[in-house]
Amino acid sequence: MTTQPRLVEVRARILKENDVLARQLRERFQQAGVCVISFVSSPGSGKTTFLEKLMSRLGEHHRIAALVGDLATDNDAARLGRASKQVRQITTGTVCHLDAKMVASALEDWRLEDLDFLFIENVGNLVCPASYDLGEEMRVVLLSATEGEDKPLKYPTIFNTADIAMITKIDLAAAAEFDRAAAHQNILSVRPGMRILEVSAKTGEGMAETEAFFASRLPAASRRSSL
Amino acid sequence: MHELSIALSMLEQIEVEAARHPGTVRAVQVKVGVLSGVDCDALRFAWEIAREGTELAATTLEIERVPLLVRCPACGVTHTPDVYAVLCPTCVTPEQDILAGRELELTSLEIDP
Repeated sequence: MTTQPRLVEVRARILKENDVLARQLRERFQQAGVCVISFVSSPGSGKTTFLEKLMSRLGEHHRIAALVGDLATDNDAARLGRASKQVRQITTGTVCHLDAKMVASALEDWRLEDLDFLFIENVGNLVCPASYDLGEEMRVVLLSATEGEDKPLKYPTIFNTADIAMITKIDLAAAAEFDRAAAHQNILSVRPGMRILEVSAKTGEGMAETEAFFASRLPAASRRSSL
Repeated sequence: MHELSIALSMLEQIEVEAARHPGTVRAVQVKVGVLSGVDCDALRFAWEIAREGTELAATTLEIERVPLLVRCPACGVTHTPDVYAVLCPTCVTPEQDILAGRELELTSLEIDP
């Protein structure tokens, strides 16, 4: 009788449960015709201020809802609530990221068919959210001018898994001696071909272009019904 | 620091798998790609905590770090770039198809009879 250990092949993704749920969410979003966009950044990069402004602008022609993740408090939901009636805070406790399960349960009683856009503001963190698919159509990573242009090189994974990069607080670029060209180059070296938008939620610089960009992402059917 | 959540997911997955095979799980092998967003040291540390008080309390975690592997869609060359500079070395096409490096996979279990 042998005492050698046996090797049992498994070959399964460790976050399989999350990935399966994220795929189901993505299908549900597509069927409902809602464009779901998630936003990730470090804390204090201006996600909430930017989203509040973006939602106010898009809200004039479109139906928008938002989920917002934080470890504690519902301050951000209260702020986004000024731009849309349908905002829900997800308080994660000690968890440093949102996952597909949290998104699914937060949406449970929402009629997605009544929405054009659903924005998901992730917990402020440039590391952990990278591993979790939320079923979103597009992931936007934000980098503020005050954080320094080398952020993409320090956190390549989140930039690599995102679809769009946004440089926020661009009105502070000169004061913070932010090197725009270097920032673009760093983003593109980590994620070649990435679309980069520059914006200041405070002065409104770049907001019109950003709004137009997001509006263009709507499925054609929703675009017709909401115009 | 989401490695603890990952270690707990792993633990659940291993328990399900182990229930189908008689014996004691001596070791588990996992693959962690450089672009998975998971830090190997933090995962080892989290595993120590996650396994405590479970049937897998003595199970060792063996991690294989998977480097990035990309293929150039223009010229077909495959190479392992630095994660900070993904660019084809032959024809300098910037957009590369990722073949490996995003893995976060439970590969196998080593079971003592």
